[in-house]
Amino acid sequence: MQWEIVIGLEVHAQLSTQSKIFSGSSTAYGAAPNTQASVIDLALPGVLPVLNKGAVERAIKLGLSVGAKINSPSIFARKNYFYPDLPKGYQISQYELPVVQGGNIQIQVDGIEKNVRLTRAHLEEDAGKSLHEDFHGMSGIDLNRAGTPLLEIVSEPDMRSSAEAVAYAKTLHALVRWIGICDGNMQEGSFRCDANVSVRPRGTETLGTRCEIKNLNSFRFLEKAIDYEARRQIEILEDGGSIRQETRLYDANKDETRTMRTKEDANDYRYFPDPDLLPLEIPQSWIDQIKQTLPELPQARRDRYVSAFALSAYDASVLTSSREMADYFDATLKQLPAQAKLCANWIMGEISGQLNKEGIEMTACPITPAQLAALLARIHDGTISGKAAKTVFESMWNGELDKNVDAIIEAKGLKQISDDSAIEKLVDQVLAANAQQVADYRNGKEKAFNSLVGQIMKATQGKANPAQVNAMLKKKLDG
Amino acid sequence: MTLSVSDVKRIADLAYIEIDEDEAKETLNQLSGIFNLIETMQAVDTSTVEPMSHAQSVVQRLRDDKITETDQRELYQSIAPQVEAGLYLVPQVIE
Repeated sequence: MQWEIVIGLEVHAQLSTQSKIFSGSSTAYGAAPNTQASVIDLALPGVLPVLNKGAVERAIKLGLSVGAKINSPSIFARKNYFYPDLPKGYQISQYELPVVQGGNIQIQVDGIEKNVRLTRAHLEEDAGKSLHEDFHGMSGIDLNRAGTPLLEIVSEPDMRSSAEAVAYAKTLHALVRWIGICDGNMQEGSFRCDANVSVRPRGTETLGTRCEIKNLNSFRFLEKAIDYEARRQIEILEDGGSIRQETRLYDANKDETRTMRTKEDANDYRYFPDPDLLPLEIPQSWIDQIKQTLPELPQARRDRYVSAFALSAYDASVLTSSREMADYFDATLKQLPAQAKLCANWIMGEISGQLNKEGIEMTACPITPAQLAALLARIHDGTISGKAAKTVFESMWNGELDKNVDAIIEAKGLKQISDDSAIEKLVDQVLAANAQQVADYRNGKEKAFNSLVGQIMKATQGKANPAQVNAMLKKKLDG
Repeated sequence: MTLSVSDVKRIADLAYIEIDEDEAKETLNQLSGIFNLIETMQAVDTSTVEPMSHAQSVVQRLRDDKITETDQRELYQSIAPQVEAGLYLVPQVIE
């Protein structure tokens, strides 16, 4: 039987606020335990939560970016469960009327565009951290993370493969960073995925029983966990068994998922509106004001790159994979209009490659867009070859000669020989010295031509303009 | 809606409240009384009334995103039964 995999994702994006969602404690990562846990985060009796405007603003930004409805009023609810790193005995979350309702995200897999619908995105607080080692049979509790603002973004079960799920997660990851609501740091847990996976016979409509996989903190784990889980479910069904609805944990070391809890012992969270928090009203004027601050979105910019600069869909999507990269491209192109493809190639090639190699961010790139444009201008006007440009690029990267392109070309003697008469002289010399190859070529041995070009380039240490050399040689040989 | 003793026990379990058989029966009586009150109120026609999520018709005030709390760990931990290395210690829990 042919099986179809059905996937929906829940993403927890940690919002990039300075302070917590309901208290004035810092959200900075990595502080000494409990030094960022105030009376509200500790849930001491009598304290009251006060909602952080910055967290709401970020949720609205996401909503506007995905074309969702912004609910007003929006309601906060208590999700009740017992765990020591949740000192109130409930998590403040949203149940009915989340801030963000609906919306859409466009993903691309193998060049094919696909729409993934969003169900909702709601604000909630994070829990603290429990440490189970080395406390003579006790658990240690750090409440620094308690009360950190999260936006839980829930998709519809619209994805049909792990590749689509990864594309969705990556697109969403790029979007939250693009609009500046989340730093996207997956190692620090700022962007965490849970996947709901089920399978059904291809061609049927009814959804199969799903399992939720927790603890997916990298795109690679997301992909592997879904693939494993789908295989597991298909095997059970093909053996005549049935799937038990449960929460499963992905073990990266063993590359498998295993039961965490089953539906029978699943928590009944007994959601109810939190009486400590009043309904959140979001006036249209506030929404309009936030709309003004939104940058051009990745999708719009990708479309513009294709239509205005005739870049391929692939190039456009790579360039818009982060806002920093897209801004860098725009700034370079501004200095060198009409050379979009050249700019794109160098930013996706040399610049990205070097940044990756040294593990630095676009914002810390040692070569400015203006400096890159100056270099590309010298390729475009024929002063240097593409190969020599790579040498100049390296010198610029290392900060030689104040990154002055012309000074580096001069100092390294990289100027291309583009003078027709000089090239003609070179070609004549090489032809005279290689009578055998000339004869070979004229007898139909095409390879001899390349060998002659090679000799000319060698004689000039690669400085002759290759296009001109080719043309001149052809003219001389074919007469 | 009618409540059973097993419903009461389930709710007590979720709320981490330990009750014996007699207490469960007594609680059932009390809760059923509350449900009766609700049933009486449900006789009122509220079809034209917008439901409220809060008893007061006022809206949430927001605070600016600023850090206003300072580190007072020592003070807070002075009333904790057990601390170590800056952590609050609790009976071991592993899910």
